[in-house]
Amino acid sequence: MSAGANAVIVRETLQGLLEALLAEGYRTLGPTLREDAIVYDDVTHVSELPAGWTDSQEAGHYHLQRREDDAWFGFNVGPHSWKRFLHPPLEPLWGARRNGDGFKITVPAPGPKLAFIGVRACELRAIAIQDRVFLGGRYSDDTYRARRISTFIVAVNCAQASGTCFCVSMGSGPKAAAGFDLSLTELLGADRATFLVEVGSEAGARMLQRIASRPPTEAELAAARAVLDRTAERMGRRLDTTRLRELLREQAEHPRWDGIAERCLACGNCTMVCPTCFCTSVEDHSSLEGTAAERVRAWDSCFTLDFSYLHGGSVRHSTRARYRHWLTHKLSYWIDQFGTGGCVGCGRCITWCPVGIDITEEATALRAPGRAKKQGDAS
Amino acid sequence: MAVSRQNALVPALYRVGEVYRELPDTVTLRLVPESGRRPPCAPGQFNMLYAFGVGEIAISISGEAADEGFLHTVREVGAVSTALARLAVGASVGVRGPYGTGWPAAQGADVIFVAGGLGLAPLRPAIRRVLAERRHYGRVAILFGTRHPAEMLYRQELEQWRRRLDVDVSVTVDHADTLWHGNVGVVPALIPRATFDPNNSVALVCGPEVMMRFTVSALREAGVPDERVYLSMERNMKCATGLCGHCQFGPEFICMTGPVMRFDRIASLFSTREA
Repeated sequence: MSAGANAVIVRETLQGLLEALLAEGYRTLGPTLREDAIVYDDVTHVSELPAGWTDSQEAGHYHLQRREDDAWFGFNVGPHSWKRFLHPPLEPLWGARRNGDGFKITVPAPGPKLAFIGVRACELRAIAIQDRVFLGGRYSDDTYRARRISTFIVAVNCAQASGTCFCVSMGSGPKAAAGFDLSLTELLGADRATFLVEVGSEAGARMLQRIASRPPTEAELAAARAVLDRTAERMGRRLDTTRLRELLREQAEHPRWDGIAERCLACGNCTMVCPTCFCTSVEDHSSLEGTAAERVRAWDSCFTLDFSYLHGGSVRHSTRARYRHWLTHKLSYWIDQFGTGGCVGCGRCITWCPVGIDITEEATALRAPGRAKKQGDAS
Repeated sequence: MAVSRQNALVPALYRVGEVYRELPDTVTLRLVPESGRRPPCAPGQFNMLYAFGVGEIAISISGEAADEGFLHTVREVGAVSTALARLAVGASVGVRGPYGTGWPAAQGADVIFVAGGLGLAPLRPAIRRVLAERRHYGRVAILFGTRHPAEMLYRQELEQWRRRLDVDVSVTVDHADTLWHGNVGVVPALIPRATFDPNNSVALVCGPEVMMRFTVSALREAGVPDERVYLSMERNMKCATGLCGHCQFGPEFICMTGPVMRFDRIASLFSTREA
């Protein structure tokens, strides 16, 4: 089978796919219940999936709920994104050891290759965006590249949208369109549940051959389309992207920024849950006796004062400036830097903001006329 | 830990070949690669220097020591710069780079160097380049401001430049002492007194941002178009390879399209507070 081909597997056959991936040396990762949320972690058996669970999401609100059915993927994206595996929150870059009067540097060995089970359309877009960030420039991130090229991706088409979803506005979903090896649409039939499988790559086709599948019926193809149509209609949010790139920079002195600053806690949650935010800092450690040293890269957030610290003070000392930097980068400067915007419409920053600041609401508010620009302000 | 391999985030090992004491808290290090030759560099570029176990910082290249190494002028400000400034001859240093953009060549034009304090360090290689090929340039002015005569960076070299009859060297201090008989005041005040053709001159500016702000205004008043003014910008920097996000200045990563930036391209950002 080639890319674009479809097949149907009985739902339990997903276990066979997990086992085939494990047999090939993949570390299999997928959604699972933990700490009152659906997170991404090691999943080696389908019984670890959040069957029968869903979530309700609104600005500043995430709550697990029981479903009336036993859908395996009947939930929306949670606080984790796949960025935590491709671009880990903490990553040793290299170690150094004193060696006579000098020192010697070694880099860590790569970890096992990764298989992601249950990647949503917005997350595929987010991965493509981080590919551009880490691999598309003059310098590329070698460890990211090593992980990325060996990753096997099983996408899942969303069968529902949360209150904070707006992938339709961002053109990134709900259908997984590209960037996967296999994609699944869960079909909860009256008699037995199945997945409609779409092949996205040769590696996906090879893997599909290792499990039992059959060609889809017209009715099954139509049912899968209906799932996606229904999801697209139920987006909890929308964002008008017209002239966003220009709008954000034209409105650098808009009074709305002051209003956001009054609510924003500058906690950085939005940047931690965002699947495209890529900023990092580095920490240098040394052993007590001073013979070994290590450099660790850690996720950083533009909401901290330390982020823009330059001898004597922070460049962006007000919360207003820090929020403005984040939003303007995400929706505007990102386009200059990487050719596309940095937002995929996953809604995580809305859900996980402790005070419920809503990126779609703020971007809309900036469209309202602000006060007259002072002379010398940014154009 | 596996085999060692070169990637953009892993430093190469250099040794301190020489330490020149510039000021009580400032030294210039000559760094020589442990093996092979150092990569080529352009005036205005910078390296990331790593002090074992302490950390890494961006430091401009303040001179080229032929093929033998890089010169870096380091002032003790934070933990890393203090560790670097206190290294002894023979000590190991990690070096990544060179990174960033260099000063424009400016041949055929009048060249105005405007430096404040330690800002003279990244300009020094450009000044040396111009003076080494003096006949390729029009009038040359070096305008330098420093806090106090006792804190004057590269004083001997400034005095050498000043002895030349083909360079206009003006130095000003914020606070004079009894031995000082030169200018007192801020460096932008030297601009109206310098002689240059505003429409055929290039201004290379490096210093604290507030100093550059006033310098840009003075250059505009003197009639120098924005596209002939170059600033060396500075922001917090961690990776120097456009991957960590720290040095963003509007849509620019200063490590990639800077540190030397043409003023007309950043003028609106430069006037936005906390950009």
